[in-house]
Amino acid sequence: MSVQFELERVGMRYNGAAVLEGVTLRFPRAELVTLIGPNGAGKSTMLGIMAGLRRPHEGRCLMNGRSVSAWRRRDFARLVSFVPQTLRFDFPFTAEQVVLMGRTPYAGGFFDSREDWLAVHEAMEATDTRELARRDFRSLSGGERQRVMLAAALAQKPGALLLDEPAAFLDLHHQLMVYELLRRQARLGLLVIAVTHDVNLAASYADRVVALRAGRVLADAAPCEALSVERIREVFGVRAEWLQRSGGGAWIAYGN
Amino acid sequence: MGIEPLTPARAARVLLLAAAFAAVVMLLTPLVGPARIDLWKAWRGEFPDAQMFFGVRWPRTLLAMLSGGALALAGVLFQALLRDPLASPFTLGVSSGASLGAVLMIVLGVHSLWGLPALWAGAACGALAVLLIVVSVAAEGRRVSSFTLLLAGVAINSIASSLIMLLHNLATVGQSFAIVHWLMGNIDPVPAGTLAGLALIVLPVSLAACAYARHWNLMAVGEEWAAARGASPQRLLLGGYLAGSLLAAAVTAVTGPIGFVGLVVPHALRLVIGSDHRVLLPASFLAGGAFLTLCDTAARTMLSVELPVSVVTALVGGPVFIFLLRSRRRSLWL
Repeated sequence: MSVQFELERVGMRYNGAAVLEGVTLRFPRAELVTLIGPNGAGKSTMLGIMAGLRRPHEGRCLMNGRSVSAWRRRDFARLVSFVPQTLRFDFPFTAEQVVLMGRTPYAGGFFDSREDWLAVHEAMEATDTRELARRDFRSLSGGERQRVMLAAALAQKPGALLLDEPAAFLDLHHQLMVYELLRRQARLGLLVIAVTHDVNLAASYADRVVALRAGRVLADAAPCEALSVERIREVFGVRAEWLQRSGGGAWIAYGN
Repeated sequence: MGIEPLTPARAARVLLLAAAFAAVVMLLTPLVGPARIDLWKAWRGEFPDAQMFFGVRWPRTLLAMLSGGALALAGVLFQALLRDPLASPFTLGVSSGASLGAVLMIVLGVHSLWGLPALWAGAACGALAVLLIVVSVAAEGRRVSSFTLLLAGVAINSIASSLIMLLHNLATVGQSFAIVHWLMGNIDPVPAGTLAGLALIVLPVSLAACAYARHWNLMAVGEEWAAARGASPQRLLLGGYLAGSLLAAAVTAVTGPIGFVGLVVPHALRLVIGSDHRVLLPASFLAGGAFLTLCDTAARTMLSVELPVSVVTALVGGPVFIFLLRSRRRSLWL
């Protein structure tokens, strides 16, 4: 089922300091959106509000026309899946068990159905994690963990994926793999919203880029506009330059 | 090599093995003791075998089974909810609350309360009081976090322990002996009514905890993780805390604090069967019960005087656990 989000004048403050202020955004269709901005811009907070992990202090956040907090958690989880940046495990769960947890919103009986296992295998195939299945999650590298968490989110079969820096610990190959995968999911009808610090991944894969700074939306447009040289200076305070790659694509170089 | 996924066949294999082990322990341990019992004669109701078996040793075995099972299961719950491998049924102060209640009764010289032995009633009240205090301290507005729960629990635990020492200091020599005896924890023979009462609390609460096994899996990873998979971490945290505390409180009121079972049995089992709470919880109950029963049998038969069972749990269980930890071999067939 397709998922739409609407944020209306969303505001959030911690101890008086505004983390988000007057954020109004619409996500009406399936596409790959990247959320960029400097540290402390409010990206993760916004993602948390959309995932229903925290309630906004002001304004409202609607998913398919209904306030996120009004949804039953189980129904919400069948439509929206959230992938945190990292997870710390204290107990020996295998990668496969972690992915299987994504099926909890569908769980009927005590055991997992054929459908559950099908979704798990499919998700692990897509994220290149099949051979990690029986490994202890704690023994995996940062990048492997991130792929397993992504698999858990895919196994949830959601209409929207919210990801907090899904490529942060990944090597170059897997960075591209994950963003290829996210773009493919968006083409298949998922709304994908990913926080990233990598302007080049955002430029080459995103359909739309939202830039936040100090809790406000500075830009919300196609990559070439939202990541223009002026915008990057405005958002990050860094000088940037668009270069032409030999293949015809663009590359953003930055540095003072 | 690794832990196989949980299929009905694997769950049956693990749980049948655990149940068979527990059943053998329950049947054989009553036969061990200074007086020999013929199981056949006991079955036919012949004197004195039947009286010895069903009247004295069997209730004791049942008490040890129930207590060990409840403590191990409560340990699993608290470790998952607090995401703290060192958590035990006693981390959050339930047992020191119970101890404080019991010690107060000893010092005040009360022998019976509301028709119940004063020690049990006092311990139950103490545990309940701690439960209420910890929840109200940990609740910020309507939210409870596992972190504040842990901190509040540890603080209350220390306060209760200090009060126990204070009371102990004021006690007479005779009372002092009774206090130490209670604080060491003992599987003493109890009337059938008490046993039934304990079972009526322990069994339903344990079953209910097992029914939420999937959700404890999520909670063991993290509260946001659980929330994003459709669970309600607040309700689970509170429900799990109440269930675990109820188990620990009910057992502690009857036996006194028995350490080690709730900490080590869950960890030993995780090494062998993994962390999926769907098998971990019931297996912990069965293995914890069998473990405590074996320890109690050793405690009452090893020397001519009866040893405190908590001494045996640590002396026997400790090395076994260290061996498991060192070998780190995960079973291929469980």
